[in-house]
Amino acid sequence: MRTICFYFQVHQPYRLKPYRFFEIGDDHDYWDDYSNRNIMKKVAKKCYLPMNQLLLELIRKYQGKFKVCFSISGTILDQMEAYAPEVLHSFQELVATGHVELLNETYSHSLCALKSESEFKDMVHLHQEKIKQYFNGYTPKVFRNTELIYSDSIGEMVAKMGFDGILSEGAKHILGWKSPNFVYVNANEPKLKVLLKNFRLSDDIAFRFGETKWSDYPLTTDKFMGWLNQVPGEDEVINLFMDYETFGEHQWKETGIFEFMRHLPEAVFNQTNFSFSTPSEVIANASPVGKIHVPIPISWADEERDLTAWLGNDLQDEAFDRLFELEGRVKKSKDPAIHRDWRYLQTSDHFYYMCTKFFSDGDIHAYFSPYESPYEAFINYMNVLSDFILRLKQDEKDAVSG
Amino acid sequence: MKVLMFGWEFPPHISGGLGTACYGLVKGMAHHKQDLIFVVPKLWGDEDPLAEFVNASDVEIDYRERRFRDIWKNLTYLEVSSFLIPYLSPEEYHNHTERLLKDQDELESSVLANKFTFSGKYGKDLILEVSRYALVAAQIAKNKEFDLIHAHDWLSFPAGIAAKQMSGKPLIAHVHATEFDRSGQTVNQRVYDIERAGMEAADKIIAVSQLTKNTIVAKYGIPEEKVTVVHNAVLDTSIIKSKEEKKVPEKIVTFLGRITFQKGPEYFVEAAHKVIKKDENVRFVMAGSGDLLNRMILRVAELRIGTKFHFTGFLKGDDVDKMFALSDVYVMPSVSEPFGISPLEAVRHNTPVIISKQSGVAEVLQNAVKVDFWDIDAMADAIFALLHYNGISKMFKEMGREELKKLKWEHVAKKVIDIYKQTVNQ
Repeated sequence: MRTICFYFQVHQPYRLKPYRFFEIGDDHDYWDDYSNRNIMKKVAKKCYLPMNQLLLELIRKYQGKFKVCFSISGTILDQMEAYAPEVLHSFQELVATGHVELLNETYSHSLCALKSESEFKDMVHLHQEKIKQYFNGYTPKVFRNTELIYSDSIGEMVAKMGFDGILSEGAKHILGWKSPNFVYVNANEPKLKVLLKNFRLSDDIAFRFGETKWSDYPLTTDKFMGWLNQVPGEDEVINLFMDYETFGEHQWKETGIFEFMRHLPEAVFNQTNFSFSTPSEVIANASPVGKIHVPIPISWADEERDLTAWLGNDLQDEAFDRLFELEGRVKKSKDPAIHRDWRYLQTSDHFYYMCTKFFSDGDIHAYFSPYESPYEAFINYMNVLSDFILRLKQDEKDAVSG
Repeated sequence: MKVLMFGWEFPPHISGGLGTACYGLVKGMAHHKQDLIFVVPKLWGDEDPLAEFVNASDVEIDYRERRFRDIWKNLTYLEVSSFLIPYLSPEEYHNHTERLLKDQDELESSVLANKFTFSGKYGKDLILEVSRYALVAAQIAKNKEFDLIHAHDWLSFPAGIAAKQMSGKPLIAHVHATEFDRSGQTVNQRVYDIERAGMEAADKIIAVSQLTKNTIVAKYGIPEEKVTVVHNAVLDTSIIKSKEEKKVPEKIVTFLGRITFQKGPEYFVEAAHKVIKKDENVRFVMAGSGDLLNRMILRVAELRIGTKFHFTGFLKGDDVDKMFALSDVYVMPSVSEPFGISPLEAVRHNTPVIISKQSGVAEVLQNAVKVDFWDIDAMADAIFALLHYNGISKMFKEMGREELKKLKWEHVAKKVIDIYKQTVNQ
């Protein structure tokens, strides 16, 4: 078997509005509706709508020989519903072709797998329910954790929940001499297949495509076919994993990214011996070559492929720990708004804004942050969290007296 | 008797406490009908009391007072920046002065040119402006009739010295802060030299606190008898009844000021940590901005007190009042504070205060807890006491109010006028 597996991550966080100390105890509305709506509408126009349209055309044209897979976070599904229902419809149309696989993830694109198994399970089920509801009863079989964060123990949890496979990063330090272009299994639960991102070929598209200083610029489909043909003959699967916003948002339309994708399937069929598969098909058709050992969590971010984009500095750890120590209390609450806000506050982006790795990967962090500095991000988040804790307290009091 | 006074800034365009103190003093002088010429490097045109009349909510700049308005006419402002070279953008100004500093001849020609733009701020070309200011001062001294010169802080000391040289009239140097307060032990030698020259050239020195007098004697080698302590006052001593309602159930303990070495913010954070460990029912707020802000944020995160310790960033106008009004305890842990007016503002809002013994205000405010800035245990203890033992906080509120009433600028002005008289008669 020689196949290409496309997976696109579709996600937007609920961004916090500027929330000052003076508002603590008074204002319980944390979300920046204005910028969330605007960003949703902007990205819909630049990326989601045109790219969905393109994929739909390609799937129809090749009658199912071209296929892709999405993971669509719960927070973006909520925002589609609120701000851009036409985007939701276009995803529904894609899934209805039968050639698009959907993955399960945590509802609010959370880092809870690192902290709480109970919350992790809840989040996964919530997302599952949401997918079923929006996509005609569709039930995902394969899992992708937030930011492709994976470890042996996360894999174990996912296996216990009945998934066939999980996606992660083909990080050099876990693969060593091994190739990401095969199917592996979890070190503790061999029934869980592990698909690893081929980060070189993925990032050629996702990060370097429009980079004029790149020695391989411009990237044409012919050039990409040449690279695919250089992949050793025994390799089975090329996992091209990337943010969906690559198309039209990170790489603007002017770079030619849409034309590249439009011609890619045809070039693959004519110039290579590769096919296209969804993760479930890869898992069904390729035999695993061995276990992959990941004792310490990996992710798809930055040069280190570790967790330091979200956790590890004091700002991030303080915010994260304070949030999660509330789990038991939140779960006792009957107020759906408390559950919702607590989950939205878990979204990894909030912790990403607090990253202080200025000098290595700081550029890309700065691009994605609405704050001027990680310190501001921390202050704002903690003000909101402080108000949330007060609300929770009040809710507990009301429950006792009510 | 007529006084020629040199300041550096004047409300409403101020960035430091010096402008406020000068304003208070000028206002107090007006009360005693003291004839005064007040010089600042740059006037903005809106110093006119009538123009500010509408914006009466700001207590610092109280133009409504009839007595003051009447005597305002007697004040002669000399705007030394009225003759300007064409406006330069900050970049152009930077390049301009950068080039000048390279070339000493050109520098001289710039300082000696008959036109010069003063920024009237505390920028990087401060020393250049200070020396140019002195030249202008000499010109003013030549044109004007007066009996005595009064200069505020090092920025206007060269101006005072120049005016004295020009006129032969006695000079009073007024020290609101020294380089040791601003920079700790890493003093800027040029600034120190200017300060010392001003103190030596002066016939009499006024220090805003005993603490400052001690510094002047110990670090500048000035004979003790040459220095008189005259404490600052507050512009408005009335109590502010707040309509502000607190929205959090916890008590609030506040630090408000620049987050810099001089203000001792780290001691506040450490004391907060100690209190939070014992007391669930309290929040700490650090209001302000400065070069230590990020370090304080990191420390708060490191101590894991982020949901109980908040930062507001720089506050202005109404938000400052609001912050005082919401506070249950105000802490000023300054490492070195020649005077420090903000605890008195807190008293006006009925907020009990904790101040460091290393502040001049500790000499005038008796009804406050005084601790060494470094003694975080004592500070934590005092915070806890003021939050929980109503007796002491109630007493501080009531008696602080009484004390405040005595801290009027007209009293200060009276003392200063007495010093004028002694000096002129010597």
